[in-house]
Amino acid sequence: MEFKDYYKVMGVARDATETQIKQAYRKLARKYHPDVSKEKDAEARFKEVGEAYEVLKSAEKRAAYDQLGQGHAPGQEFRPPPDWGAGFEFAGAGGRDSDHSDFFESLFGAQARAGARGGRGAFHPGRGEDHHAKVLLDLDATLHGGSRQLTLRVPEIGGDGRLASKERVLNVQVPKGILPGQHIRLAGQGERPAGEATPGDLFIEVEFQPHALYRIDGRDLYLDLPVAPWEAALGATVKTPTPTGTVDLKIPAAAHAGSKLRLKGRGIPASPPGDFYVVLQIALPAADDDKAKAAYAALGEALPFNPRASLGV
Amino acid sequence: MTSSHDQALSGAIFEESALLTVKDLSRMCAVDERHIVEYVEEGVLHVVEIDTTEWHFTGAALRRARLALRLERDLELNLAGVALAIELMEELEHLRRELKARR
Repeated sequence: MEFKDYYKVMGVARDATETQIKQAYRKLARKYHPDVSKEKDAEARFKEVGEAYEVLKSAEKRAAYDQLGQGHAPGQEFRPPPDWGAGFEFAGAGGRDSDHSDFFESLFGAQARAGARGGRGAFHPGRGEDHHAKVLLDLDATLHGGSRQLTLRVPEIGGDGRLASKERVLNVQVPKGILPGQHIRLAGQGERPAGEATPGDLFIEVEFQPHALYRIDGRDLYLDLPVAPWEAALGATVKTPTPTGTVDLKIPAAAHAGSKLRLKGRGIPASPPGDFYVVLQIALPAADDDKAKAAYAALGEALPFNPRASLGV
Repeated sequence: MTSSHDQALSGAIFEESALLTVKDLSRMCAVDERHIVEYVEEGVLHVVEIDTTEWHFTGAALRRARLALRLERDLELNLAGVALAIELMEELEHLRRELKARR
């Protein structure tokens, strides 16, 4: 496992004060929080920062980490010393209960959980905790329904008291018409406590992978449809793919690039169903032979047209 | 723990059917019921107007409550900060949609 330089992750000096560490964390957390951030690797960065903060904000953990850090370079192969943790008392839980790096787990995992257990799940004794997961589905799953193999990562405490994440594969019937941000609830698939207690539920939050043709906006779908200049100018009936199959779409005369045509109720089949929007794009034929060049030239002569009139030139 | 199933598990779309109580939300989010009540008082969660003595929420409240909890915990925000952040996030999303619709 690799040694992690938590000071570097947080961008603070090794002798940074508690206040400086807190400030650095807040700034980075706002920047990379997955609910707020538009940065590409926000989630991974956020976890890294959260883990670093969890160690550096606690005087005990920081002291232990500092002692260990002498003589290790970031990325270097690392193994905790056998007497690791002796003489330090770790209090309380971090709050986050999974997704720590192996490095963190090997140092603080078992201790953090010793404090964490008992507190959680105590709101409803006699019932297992509800679990939450998030999955990326293909758009077809909601358009047509159907079963999908979902691979979830489940944190599990192994025999050595360390947290390891285990894969759990579920075959789930995706309800037709589910929208991004909505949840599939699987009753009894959450925590399964020992004994007579009722198992908790599993909530799967759904988001969709980008689709090759359609853009997803809530319950509505958007398609960019290329049309020829004469189809846009004169109107035409053209073939258009939709989630429920190819349709003949009537393009009104005098349409222009960006014109939006709505097919009501042909979006995601939720209740109420979303709409399907076709956004027109004008595609120009290439002028790569004499015939095409002549046709363009003839058009230019026939039409007194200044596309830059609105620019005052 | 179950590793695989031959038969597909079927689940309903939670948001479509659920009408939640404070107790439900507390359990699903693993927080104290008092905390859910504080979210209502701060305007983070909205109670559905139905004719009973108990508070009820739509299924969409689950996502909102979990978002609020994440913001509170990860960004060390207080309740007023969470409420403000969520309002601004929603306004931003609304404006992005408007912008997209005008293009």
